Amino acid sequence: MRNFIGSRSISKISYFCPKSLTEALDFLDNCKENVKILAGGTDVIPAVRSGKLLLIDNINILDIKSIDELKHIVFEEEGLRIGATVTLSEVIESEIVKNNCPLLKKAIDQIGSMQIRNWATIGGNICNASPAADSAVSLLALDASLRLQSKGKSRLVPINEFFVGPGKTKLKSDELLTEIIIPKRNGNSTFIKLGRRNAFTLSLISIAVFVQMKDNVISDIKIALGAVAPTPIRAQNTEKILIGGKITEENLKTAVQTIKEEINPINDVRASSEYRRDMSGELLRKALINLFGI
Amino acid sequence: MQVPINTRINQRSYELEVDARTTLLDLLREKLDLKSVHRGCEEGECGACTVLLNGKPVCSCLVLSPQINGAEVLTVEGLMKDGNMHPLMKAFVENYAMQCGYCTPGMVMTSYYLINTWDDFTEEDIRKGLEGNLCRCTGYTNIIRAIREAKKYKDAGYWW
Ligand code: FES
Ligand code: FES
Repeated sequence: MRNFIGSRSISKISYFCPKSLTEALDFLDNCKENVKILAGGTDVIPAVRSGKLLLIDNINILDIKSIDELKHIVFEEEGLRIGATVTLSEVIESEIVKNNCPLLKKAIDQIGSMQIRNWATIGGNICNASPAADSAVSLLALDASLRLQSKGKSRLVPINEFFVGPGKTKLKSDELLTEIIIPKRNGNSTFIKLGRRNAFTLSLISIAVFVQMKDNVISDIKIALGAVAPTPIRAQNTEKILIGGKITEENLKTAVQTIKEEINPINDVRASSEYRRDMSGELLRKALINLFGI
Repeated sequence: MQVPINTRINQRSYELEVDARTTLLDLLREKLDLKSVHRGCEEGECGACTVLLNGKPVCSCLVLSPQINGAEVLTVEGLMKDGNMHPLMKAFVENYAMQCGYCTPGMVMTSYYLINTWDDFTEEDIRKGLEGNLCRCTGYTNIIRAIREAKKYKDAGYWW
């Protein structure tokens, strides 16, 4: 029988599938560097097979999918809390998410195909740190925080500070992402994704906008983009231009110009950087027109 | 590393020792000889390897075999009853919903889930539902026709 790494064979792996969070954190504490955390595996398995991810011999695979403590979706004082191994389908189907966080539902609805969404987890989608992760884009606009736990410790990191580069995050080797917390805020939101075909996993560009109004002016706006920089990013210069004002022909133009200058898209097989730059501006225009009905 | 698992596959219980490096696709095809599960892209793009895991369609090429411990798996073989084709499979045959047939088992499993889940659906719903299943012979029209036919079978009580 073939092994899952295809032709790149590794002679040995250890597989550990704890039922409780404590066991998982103890395991991480003991093994440190020599661990690969696996949830759904929908990113890890193809990455290993294609050689993008090299697993060393005797790697410990820590499968966190059976840990019941990471499967909650609750709405309370703090806001909306979603466990790391909730699948993308469970997020979309949740009434709680639909009622309290339609932006997240809309973004996740457009990730991958149904088969992928049924197995991939929200925590996995974030930790994989793809520049194009649609869940991360919406969570940036929602100002979410991530709970990272290690043995006997727990810290909250704003998602805005979590991503370091493609595939790289602030997660330490003994830490596990356990839940995503989305603060309670009233406002309007929109999400637009540009991709080749719908079920294709990766976005060419995606944009999420969350806006709060007070006395007819924008009191706060968060604009997040995917696939235009090494990590999913917030367009903070553009946000600054829009906060405290109304949407007019004039500042719409300035905002579109600013966002194009602010991003740093790459050339790849899916699209050129110029195309991504221009389209980011257009997507912002479309998003704001959606939101403000102008 | 060999991992002991308990699982149910096509209504039968198994106690197995699986190599942790293998996928569910490998386990089903090579170890249990369930050849309806097709190996396509092996990266989650084509859906030829679709099976139902705890009632939901997943790409078996993206599931690590030890992960089905305690779970229930259904493949096209499990849709058969006493050697008879499932009404859904019949609808595929009657409507010529296959050319080379490579995508067919995956199409059948996804549409089995869709028909059982939705009370009613439009052509648009079917197209969206089948987004994760590619047919490189591009015979989508007949596949959609077959699914509509199958829905009629189900409504008439000819279904299991
Ligand atoms: S073989 Fe699994 S999706 Fe293509
Ligand atoms: S019939 Fe040939 S791939 Fe679909």
